[in-house]
Amino acid sequence: MQQSNAYIIRFTLIMTIVVGGVLALANQALRPAQLKSIEYDTKSQILSAVMEINKESDVLNMYSQRIRSVVVDIQGNEVTTNEKGETVVAEKVDVARNYKKDYKERLYPVFMYMNESNPDQIDAFILPVYGSGLWDKIWGFVAVDKDFESIAGVSFGHKAETPGLGARIGDKSIQQRYIGKKMFDANGNFVSIVMLKGESGGGQASIDAFTDRPNEVDGLSGATLTARGVNDMMKKYLDYYQKYFSKMKNGS
Amino acid sequence: MSTETIEQKAEETVIATEPLLSKRRKKFVTDPLNDDNPVTVQVLGICSALAVTVKIEPTLIMSIAVVFVIVFSNLIISMIRNFVPNRVRIIVQLAVIATLVTLVSELLKAYNYPMYKVLGAFVGLIITNCIVMGRLEAFAMGNKPYDSVLDGLGSGMGYAWVILTVAFFRELLGSGSVFDFKVFEAIGLANFPNNSLMVDSIGAFMVLGILIWIQRSRTGYVEH
Repeated sequence: MQQSNAYIIRFTLIMTIVVGGVLALANQALRPAQLKSIEYDTKSQILSAVMEINKESDVLNMYSQRIRSVVVDIQGNEVTTNEKGETVVAEKVDVARNYKKDYKERLYPVFMYMNESNPDQIDAFILPVYGSGLWDKIWGFVAVDKDFESIAGVSFGHKAETPGLGARIGDKSIQQRYIGKKMFDANGNFVSIVMLKGESGGGQASIDAFTDRPNEVDGLSGATLTARGVNDMMKKYLDYYQKYFSKMKNGS
Repeated sequence: MSTETIEQKAEETVIATEPLLSKRRKKFVTDPLNDDNPVTVQVLGICSALAVTVKIEPTLIMSIAVVFVIVFSNLIISMIRNFVPNRVRIIVQLAVIATLVTLVSELLKAYNYPMYKVLGAFVGLIITNCIVMGRLEAFAMGNKPYDSVLDGLGSGMGYAWVILTVAFFRELLGSGSVFDFKVFEAIGLANFPNNSLMVDSIGAFMVLGILIWIQRSRTGYVEH
């Protein structure tokens, strides 16, 4: 059966309206639930830099009790409003979008992990980091201890690193290698923490082999380029926060 | 696979009332599970069979999503099949599939965000999964809604069991776990080495290849 052009146009028009309507409706209806999921996800990522998060964790409660957040600029000054005059919320700062700007103009959120018994004392500063891995973007949260130089914990995520190789940066066992490492060398120069090439055994063996090397962690065998991306990301972002840290140090 | 469409059309006019699950209808569901499996026999949907089968949990979600999309797109297309202008039918099919897939993806984003992060891109790729469009073009365009739903269910399940089997072996051998439960540690073989090859796409090719081999040697299917 051959339909007229007018029929075809009418049919596609109606179809477009119906399909568009259904999708718009679904999008509106699901928006609150989606925002909630994203909020939950962001908060559990932030917390996972300093603690073990599993499916039973009360992330939202824990977050509101233990985390205080501020946004700073590259000079370490607190930023409360953006160029449009809107209030800046640390949790809403899109690190990926900021990454596209020049580093001097970016907003840098800081999530302060407060002491459990004394809620006015800061235990660690959790900083978002962002960069490029081998295939695509990598990101994470680095927790810097209150001594402003040791790493209290890290959590990394990635978009498309090779499964079994570079994707291992997402594993807790790899992230544990960073705990206790220092971003300054013995002379007090900023050197960040470098993941080396090659791997000495994996698991606990990898941690043990590097106990007396405070600025280095064991590498990922077969994922040197991903490790290089992680190193680059850590170095740049830890450096961006140095002015804020020195302000905090002098202030307290 | 398009040959069956014509035969059934002729049959339909003869049978006036038939039971809800007649022999003919049962075949719609059971055929794609084995003799006419979309993955192992027709070799469709391989792309996603490789991409999402590293672990069982995302594979299960993916299976449910695909079954949902095939069943409902078959139903919708079958209901409007007499109004769809022939010249734009592929576009109409695509619009229906894309709408359903977007719905699934939005639902996943709202209620299972961790899975959305794992599957995000691949759920979107159901749109281009040849199994879905193949069923619409070959079956739903020429059959009644109920039959189309059964056909969709069969094809979806046929796809699902294959990728779930692949995922089972890949997770077991690649990560040493099933549904993230560490099997080898539980039975006291904590040192059982994980096979990184299984985590890679190559592992999926190997498992799928063996699966196709076993299945075809049992059904005696040969490519012409």
